Amino acid sequence: MKKNAYFGLYIVIAILIVLPFVLPNSFYMDLVIRMAINAVIVLGLNLLIGFAGQISLGHAGFLGIGAYASAVLPTHFGWHPLLAMGAGAAVTGALAALVARPIFKLKGHYLAMATLGLGIIINIALRNEAQWTGGPDGMAVPAMGLFGFDLSSDKQWYWVVALLLSVSVWASLNLIDSPFGRALRALHGSEVASQVVGVDVVRYKVAIFVMSAVFASIMGSVTAHYVGFVSPNFADFFHSIELVTMVVIGGMASVYGSLVGAVLLTALPQALATFEGWETVVFGAILMLSMIFMPKGLVPTLAAKFGKGD
Amino acid sequence: MSMLEVKDLSIHFGGVKAVQNVTFSIDSGIVYSVIGPNGAGKTTLFNLITGVYKPTTGEIRLDGEAIGGKSPNELATRGVARTFQNLQICMNMAAIENVMVGAHLRLDRNLLKAALRFPALKRRDRELREEAAELMRFVGLEKYVETRADAMSYGALKRLEIARALAMKPRLIFLDEPAAGLNPKETIEVDHLVRKIAESGVTVVLVEHDMKMVMNLSDRILVLNYGKKLAEGTGEEIRNNPDVIAAYLGTHD
Amino acid sequence: MLAQFLQFLFSGITVGATYALAALGFTLIYNASNVINFAQGEFIMLGGMLAVFFTQMGLPLPVALMLAILIPAIVGVLVEKLAIEPVKGAETVTLIIITIGASLVIRGLTTVIFGKGTHSLPAFSGEAPIEILGATLMPQSLWVLGVTALVVVALWYFFNRTLQGKAMLATSFNRLAAELVGINTGWVLFMSFAMSAALGALGGILITPITLTSYDVGIMLGLKGFVAAVVGGLGNGLGAVVGGLLVGILEAMGAGYISSAYKDAIPFVLILFILFFMPRGLFGGKSTDRV
Repeated sequence: MKKNAYFGLYIVIAILIVLPFVLPNSFYMDLVIRMAINAVIVLGLNLLIGFAGQISLGHAGFLGIGAYASAVLPTHFGWHPLLAMGAGAAVTGALAALVARPIFKLKGHYLAMATLGLGIIINIALRNEAQWTGGPDGMAVPAMGLFGFDLSSDKQWYWVVALLLSVSVWASLNLIDSPFGRALRALHGSEVASQVVGVDVVRYKVAIFVMSAVFASIMGSVTAHYVGFVSPNFADFFHSIELVTMVVIGGMASVYGSLVGAVLLTALPQALATFEGWETVVFGAILMLSMIFMPKGLVPTLAAKFGKGD
Repeated sequence: MSMLEVKDLSIHFGGVKAVQNVTFSIDSGIVYSVIGPNGAGKTTLFNLITGVYKPTTGEIRLDGEAIGGKSPNELATRGVARTFQNLQICMNMAAIENVMVGAHLRLDRNLLKAALRFPALKRRDRELREEAAELMRFVGLEKYVETRADAMSYGALKRLEIARALAMKPRLIFLDEPAAGLNPKETIEVDHLVRKIAESGVTVVLVEHDMKMVMNLSDRILVLNYGKKLAEGTGEEIRNNPDVIAAYLGTHD
Repeated sequence: MLAQFLQFLFSGITVGATYALAALGFTLIYNASNVINFAQGEFIMLGGMLAVFFTQMGLPLPVALMLAILIPAIVGVLVEKLAIEPVKGAETVTLIIITIGASLVIRGLTTVIFGKGTHSLPAFSGEAPIEILGATLMPQSLWVLGVTALVVVALWYFFNRTLQGKAMLATSFNRLAAELVGINTGWVLFMSFAMSAALGALGGILITPITLTSYDVGIMLGLKGFVAAVVGGLGNGLGAVVGGLLVGILEAMGAGYISSAYKDAIPFVLILFILFFMPRGLFGGKSTDRV
């Protein structure tokens, strides 16, 4: 870890402060908000995949739990949105913790299978319990109220999300350069070596899995309130893959790579709209090409090229 | 009382009996070497005692307490450290961070305090970095304090493993072929290093093929052959043991 | 009671045979390259769609079916040559994204060419149901089961009795050793992708007269094939076949007796339970890492 790692954080904060004043219209404002939301999720997921080296192909499921908690609890039971968000995070955390112990005895493709299965089961449940969730059509989400005033305009959302993102980048940087973070990276580098120095590897994998799942759940709630609508697509397999792709394209084990990955892949579908009918083909081709030519991801590849730390 | 007692220890992989009914004990404060031809079961023995493998039968006692089948991280809390014959370095980290990981159990490992950058944690980390740099100097890696692990030579990585093990402040350290693949000059340096470690009061268990080094350093030697104990004794006794000579040089009947 | 049970069993074995073929595809590629090919499902889709397309063009059935197997096999080889070979030894997650990218390209091209409609294929030998103890069995099911059984026997013969097959097995056990004894491991990789895509396509063709097909059926079929491969223990051919049948039968029983809405969830619940208790599947051996 280079001493100037926090320099990037100042740049991120500076960009976040300037952006709302230079964005031409609400279309771009909306795009940036969605980029920032994804960036927070991807930061958490990168701690799991990039730093700890453990794959998850089911994270959209956790996002879905958060999103639907924020939709269902206030709508059907009149809960306060913040309470609903907390409940979603708690349920996600509990579920993740429950399955994590057996799951993290698994390695490689078996782990991929188990997390993938978990995500799909959550997705199918959301799709089927139509009396609560609106089924495949999804449902509307009531507005989020914070300390007396409603969060409704894009501007307000922007500052909330920008704050969340800045704090997440700061916390991630702190975490990876700490005893906890070193243990995570060590078990990625050599599981047996980290065990021998006293790292309880399963405990650490479980901890980071639960943490990244809770991150995803909270940001699922934020997305639900921001968009005002949830659908099972929030939680589907393809969305899980999108999140993992953001991690890998930006750069595994790179905090700033997470941001770059989230920005690029959130913007990509917009950019591809011009390819009428060919979007899926082009999207798939971009995934393949970027992985073939930059298997380490954008930020680490560029960093290696220009000889700088991450 | 001996520090480490091993009694009738065996492990089978399918039909292969890699270690069979091995018994020995190690007193505190000595250098104890395990030698034997390739495939004799030396590394397997290390893996058994340090918890990487679970014994099929037999007993392992540390200070009288049974530790057979305990996981490596539980053994780490009891002051057992080791290095690996096939390097187990975290190539995704800086060299000095590899050493810092060795101090894992002596640190505050709280996730929340770390994420919120508690000053006490940061302070401890700065001290630790100093400690780790000091250890790297101790093993002769002063040049590499600022280097990434994946940019280091094989010989340097071997010593980095030793530095990481020492960062645990162990009472008992297992060194698995610390001189393998090193040139003669590096071998002599490692020889001195092992002596320094032993002099600092750590009990050393050594697997090594370099006989000069083994005879030089060891207080006692265990000889394994085909997973079985062939002989045990001082260097002098081992050197003159007919079974050992036969195993190493072959018999001519 | 018995009739109902038999009915579920028949439909379970039939769809299970398709999962088994897909699982064999996963197994072949996994053994040759350690890659989990997430594009496997698209070959199933492609087989069905091409069979529909060629028969509608008026080609005789056998020719249409041959083409519907051959073209996916070529696509499989292209994926291997263009996307897998250049990144040998990459991280698991990188390879997963590459194969998912490939699956998106295949699915995208299919929609561009054939549209998003649902298509059907006439059954190979009529629709007259056969009655067995009160349950009905469609003749197409017999085709599915018969051809799958034939394929399994042919594969067994190939891997155990021919030099090429043994070379492929040897490569999966130890690539380096295989190269040292002169096996062309590049050829093995090529063959694995071709065979695996062909197996997937065959399954897709056989099942289409029963289930219909469209551009997006590949994902679920592929993922369930992956489940089947893992149930049996990744890399184990016999395990893949048993896994496929097991997943198919449990899915049909679950849909029939418990909840048809949760039919698609059943394979994934099954695999989670199996992995919780048997981390390497039903037939996966125990492995010890050397350090």
